[in-house]
Amino acid sequence: MEWQFASAAEISRQLCSKQVSATEIAKYFLSRISKHNQAFNIFVHVDEELVLKQAAEIDARRAGGDIELGALAGVPVAIKDLLCTTDLPTTCGSRFCEKYVSPYDGTVIAKMRAAGMPWMGKTNLDEFAMGGSTETSIFGAGRNPWDAQRTTGGSSGGSAACLAAGLAPLAIGTDTGGSIRQPAAFCGVSGFKPTYGRVSRYGVVAFASSLDQVGPMAHMVEDLALAMDVISGHDPLDSTSLPHEKPGYTASLSQAPQRFRVGVVREQIESDGLNAEVKQAILRTLDVLKECGADVREVSLPHSKYWVPAYYVIAPCEASSNLSRFDGAHFGFRAEPLEGKKSKSPLVEMYSRTRAQGFGAEVKRRIMLGTYALSSGYYDAYYLKALQVRRLIRQDFDRAFEDVDILVGPTTPNTAFKIGEKVDDPVQMYLEDLYTVGANLAGLPALSVPCGRSQVGLPIGVQFQGRPLDDALVLQIGHRYQQAIGWRPTPAPLS
Amino acid sequence: MSLSPTDVERIAHLARLQLSEAELASYSVQLQAIVTFVDQLQAVDTAGIEPMVHAIELSNVLAADEVREGLSRDLALSNSPDHDDECFRVPAVLG
Repeated sequence: MEWQFASAAEISRQLCSKQVSATEIAKYFLSRISKHNQAFNIFVHVDEELVLKQAAEIDARRAGGDIELGALAGVPVAIKDLLCTTDLPTTCGSRFCEKYVSPYDGTVIAKMRAAGMPWMGKTNLDEFAMGGSTETSIFGAGRNPWDAQRTTGGSSGGSAACLAAGLAPLAIGTDTGGSIRQPAAFCGVSGFKPTYGRVSRYGVVAFASSLDQVGPMAHMVEDLALAMDVISGHDPLDSTSLPHEKPGYTASLSQAPQRFRVGVVREQIESDGLNAEVKQAILRTLDVLKECGADVREVSLPHSKYWVPAYYVIAPCEASSNLSRFDGAHFGFRAEPLEGKKSKSPLVEMYSRTRAQGFGAEVKRRIMLGTYALSSGYYDAYYLKALQVRRLIRQDFDRAFEDVDILVGPTTPNTAFKIGEKVDDPVQMYLEDLYTVGANLAGLPALSVPCGRSQVGLPIGVQFQGRPLDDALVLQIGHRYQQAIGWRPTPAPLS
Repeated sequence: MSLSPTDVERIAHLARLQLSEAELASYSVQLQAIVTFVDQLQAVDTAGIEPMVHAIELSNVLAADEVREGLSRDLALSNSPDHDDECFRVPAVLG
């Protein structure tokens, strides 16, 4: 059996019916990792012994008739290297955390551990999740399995690419401005950013706390629902975690309404920046949805052109505050003092040298941007203004959702770009987030699923966005779409 | 708004980032480009609009005042670049 063509749900069924063992599954993917990982720079830490030990424990429990094993017990998961794990390093793709091993497990990690999911390894990312291409990692750029000269997207590029390369059946990413959905679109896989607060952020290294959300990535929407059943839910350790009741994502997956109203955002589908092939793929998707019971109409989000500018004030402001904890005192890297230099404050000198050497260029850029926007005299003009615009952006969505149940449109304006193409032009790189940041600013659930390929064979993603707390509905409609087109796990053909 | 290299130097100091001359020059250009880009926001009429600080606005989240186990001192110090087994050790605050 070639397990890279199986969904996480199929692997789960085979495990439950004892057709295969967790150890066999883990060994299979380990052998693919040893064969293909180097070419694409996907996993940054893999501990073979650990994953085999975790798999063996599940096999022993299953053999012993343990009836408490969950659906994903024995299904290996790849984890973005931004989530704190006690048994693997958590580097955040940064020199700062090169040797960091967390003294505690984050909540998502603890839940997956309890569910018996072995760690396939930690995946490559943009440094501290700041980027849209997985190029700013200290481990070097990730490469797209569909075309190794192109980026995986980012920042959860390794988590998307491990699926596209068939190196794991399920992955965890984080999404602050599109970091799950954009790489999912570029790599031809599915990725889900839940409603803000559905999944705990405890033990996730913070980038922008009011925007960050953890979510699952996989080939099939059904796999995303299975993962959401494990990782979501209220967490007293995260005060921004939602106290609302957790729906049964898998149990309700086939309950999409017979008829539903789909909104197409005029400002996006008619935008000059939208690649013609991507647009065609979205229009074809809308035709499929009509056959599935969708009533499609146009809606307007008048402030959508301000999404990216508002995001690139708010996210750097929060980042500059969050990253002040990297001070060379409590954990991570500390720079050596300069010999013979006399300083007014050796402590401030240590901070400044450490942070200058520990952070990469994009992280420094964002810290400075945020520091500027929060500094005396500029706070009202930038930070406060962006927060007011954020309210208007949310009101646009609220108004649109009075008339429609779900928004459908492109995940990205283009297919995957070449490595090095945008790395020196921050504004061009930021425009990669054109269609994705709205969901983060407004807190909406948003899903990207593959909906075709360009003429040169690069994947295209369609995005489904729902009302806050409508996570189950978004997954239901995504699932119905995948059923309608007969979608199967589609890893890239690797030589 | 325009950003001079002096502004960038001041921001870098506030952010505790020691920049080289070359970095100062390149960041001045790049930050200016980003600031010009986000200046589009000034065109939006936001009179009377309440700022939205969080995606889902919860307020007064309370937790029971219960003692629970925290990290041990050894674990808390385990990733520190310099400590004396009891405290984090840092250079002198004043030179």
